[in-house]
Amino acid sequence: MNVPITRLYVFVLLLFAVLVYFTSKWTVFDAESLEQRPENRRPLIAEQQIPRGSISTADGVLIAESVPAGGGQRPVYVRRYPADDPETFGNPIGYSYVDVGRTGIELSENDLLSGEENEFASIIDQLRNVPPQGADVTLTIDAQAQRVAAQALQAAVGPGVGGAVVALEPDTGAVRVMTSIPGFDPNVVDDEGAFSELSSDRAAPLVNRPTQSTYQPGSTMKVVTAAAALDSGEIDPDTVINADSPKRISGFPLENFGGESLGDIDAATALTNSVNTYWAQVGERLGPETLVDYMERFGFYSDPELDYPDTQMIPSGVYNVDGSLVRDGFDIGRVAIGQGGEEGQLRATPLQMAEVAGTVANDGTLMQPTFLQEAKDPDGRTIAELDPDRQDGVISEDTAQQMTEMMTNVVDEGTAAGLSVSTGAGTLAGKTGTAEINVARSLNVPWFIGFAPADDPQIAVAAMIERCTGCTGGEVAGPIATQVMDSLLDGQ
Amino acid sequence: MGSSGLSARNRELLALIPVAVLLIAGFAAVFIVRSDEISSVSLIYGGYFFAICLAAHVLLRIRLPNADPYLLPLAALLAGVGLVVIYRIDDGLAARQATLFLVGLVLFGATIVFLRDYHLLERYRYLIAIGSILFLFSPFLLRNQVNGAYLQVDLGPFSFQPSEFAKIGVVVFLASYLAENRELLSVSARKVLGLTIPPLKHFGPLLAVWGAAMLMLFFVRDLGSSLMFFGAFLAVLYVATARLSYVLAGFGMFLAGAAFLANRTPHVKDRVDIWLDPFANNAPEGAGQIQQSLFAQADGGLFGTGLGESLIRLPGPFFPSGCQEAFPFCGSIVPEPHTDFIYAVITSELGLFGGAGLILIYALIAARGLKTAVMASDGFSKLLAAGLTTIFALQAFVIVGGVTKAIPLTGVTLPFVSFGGSSVIANMILIALLLLISDRARRPQHSSSPITGPEEGLGA
Repeated sequence: MNVPITRLYVFVLLLFAVLVYFTSKWTVFDAESLEQRPENRRPLIAEQQIPRGSISTADGVLIAESVPAGGGQRPVYVRRYPADDPETFGNPIGYSYVDVGRTGIELSENDLLSGEENEFASIIDQLRNVPPQGADVTLTIDAQAQRVAAQALQAAVGPGVGGAVVALEPDTGAVRVMTSIPGFDPNVVDDEGAFSELSSDRAAPLVNRPTQSTYQPGSTMKVVTAAAALDSGEIDPDTVINADSPKRISGFPLENFGGESLGDIDAATALTNSVNTYWAQVGERLGPETLVDYMERFGFYSDPELDYPDTQMIPSGVYNVDGSLVRDGFDIGRVAIGQGGEEGQLRATPLQMAEVAGTVANDGTLMQPTFLQEAKDPDGRTIAELDPDRQDGVISEDTAQQMTEMMTNVVDEGTAAGLSVSTGAGTLAGKTGTAEINVARSLNVPWFIGFAPADDPQIAVAAMIERCTGCTGGEVAGPIATQVMDSLLDGQ
Repeated sequence: MGSSGLSARNRELLALIPVAVLLIAGFAAVFIVRSDEISSVSLIYGGYFFAICLAAHVLLRIRLPNADPYLLPLAALLAGVGLVVIYRIDDGLAARQATLFLVGLVLFGATIVFLRDYHLLERYRYLIAIGSILFLFSPFLLRNQVNGAYLQVDLGPFSFQPSEFAKIGVVVFLASYLAENRELLSVSARKVLGLTIPPLKHFGPLLAVWGAAMLMLFFVRDLGSSLMFFGAFLAVLYVATARLSYVLAGFGMFLAGAAFLANRTPHVKDRVDIWLDPFANNAPEGAGQIQQSLFAQADGGLFGTGLGESLIRLPGPFFPSGCQEAFPFCGSIVPEPHTDFIYAVITSELGLFGGAGLILIYALIAARGLKTAVMASDGFSKLLAAGLTTIFALQAFVIVGGVTKAIPLTGVTLPFVSFGGSSVIANMILIALLLLISDRARRPQHSSSPITGPEEGLGA
């Protein structure tokens, strides 16, 4: 009977080998796909057992922190947004909750905040039996200036109307201000009723306008057109073109603001006074190929290269009626002045227009925008910090210099006359925009983009509100931008 | 055997050292990780359990000096792993488990003392067979359904699983019956189309056992325990007759019968459906158990999260609010973490290596048990040792296979590891029987008197 017993043992070993095979399947080979199954709540629970890092602004205001909830030896942590005015920071910070998920910087910096960025430290911590902990993140945002922006926007808009301000550091890409109004308090998002109310609010408080909404940029687009024309050699600042009004552009008459005919003028005069017929003709000379090429260098036609969730950024560019980006076949003359027609309407995010100003300010080089100033692990080691990245060399230094002079003129004697910043007369360069979205009701989108000080730019800004009646960019958006600039320039 | 210097019992004592190390390291690790939640008093249960191991060792020194030296340490190792993991889940349960080992020790001792001549069992084989079958079906007769299957009997505050005890009785009967009839079954067979077919009159018992297994599947509604019992029967039949054709025919009949019955027994069908695809949209209720088992194992990786580190108890706001029972009966993300799914907890915290290590211990116990069968001199002893070892190994296979989705899930315990009195006590009796057989098999020829064994080396 001994031979069958030996064979029986071999059979038992085979059965156990099957068990080891299946165990290795679940623990190792299929582990990752199991962890990603929607039924698996473990990663979600585990993540909440890790105290998430805090989020602070560059000037030291605590915006987001994790507090223990539920007690016990292994509590879970919930997110709190302790700023005095959390709605000022609701965008772009976003929120992080189990039921409604994550958005904004809470989502884009999740790896740092949840400690996943720091594998080595977590192994050491495991050996020391220290529970893992996320890194504390400091943003490039300046809370003071962010508040100034929110208040200035709030004062400028009518009920139910939104607005946005973006301020960038031209040479680093650091986002110093990103304001979207109406704002929201991320503390209430956790509540189901409040969340559905916010989601269905027609004023769309959850939408981060600077990256998620596009608007007709109006005459601020002339900065792009002028930069493209100068840089490609199509014109120089002294190129004279007849700027009478109206002019036939793409077969239809185009008028200057107020129907004014200016005769033969040069590029500097045309930008200072934001002359539509001049820049429309320049656009026609450039042609769609060259203009779109320069727009792409400025960052149009793709999501901003910002450390922000893809789902919350949309590209700027020329959109047709179907909502698709088009690169030709549109009314080039009108797109060149920030308008368009059925074949293609120019639309831009406030962030994109701030990048345009920042590129001119930074000698023609566009820096990648970023929110991340610094991240420190729980032991105080810096594990990530602002490392400026060049996104594109958009225009030459000479062109940028010419543009700076022309944009300084806009403020000194043109459509933005009367605006000033604290660094003194002649130190603000800018461009106004007043996109007419409903001529009959004289509804306009007022814009201002600019930077200061002109000789050594520290800050580039785009400010806009979604609509106002019979207003202009210089009157409405300009003062918002200069208040924000002053707040940032004073702080330096 | 005893020629290598150390006596069997001294080797056993040495082999108990790893058990002590495991208990100290395991209890200390869990205590350090969870010191806020468990009291230091409960640490003594590790020592208490080790004292039980030493008592069993001393008993063997006195009564069965020649018995296999590794069976007790290996079983103690399994029980130690189980106790540490149960302690990690809930220190109160660990205290109860340690107490159950004391009861187990009493029955272990009683078996060794009173069944010294285990051939007595042969005399009562029909009584044992009838008793075991009544035992097996008692949950059904008492209409005590738990989780869709009839596996448990409630006696006041206690509940016990009769199949744990019945498995020993069934194997005793089969070993005894086949030891007597093996000649007939294996010799007077004919060959038909290359297959060896026994005469029909001897085929009867095979059909009877098959029928019993089918009845069990139908009434007890548990695929795993029927597989366990029928598998042990086929193993004993194979050892007795050396006819692989019986085994193949028997297994084929089992599969055919199981496939037929599974479709007509809702609970069994659900288990099979869940096994086929636990993530199906229309998976029956209970699929979540397997899902959670797999998710827990996926957390383990190669080395595991470490004792006490994996997610079992739902934290803070995730803990269900309307719990009627205490954790781990409620509020555990891994269902039944201390019983059916303890293997998932082990792989979650000790990883693939921990799980494979545990399976290795079972493989070593199977090796010692079957070695005992090889060394035994008479047919009954051989078949009994082989049968007990096989049913023990199959039980481990059935539950670990269920938890790892190798086979449909079944509610049997992981021998010596799962929390549960019936399991602990029955398996200690099973090990005692194996030790009795091995003591007789390994006894030096000159002192083979059945009445007085060598009583040297009281030791310790």
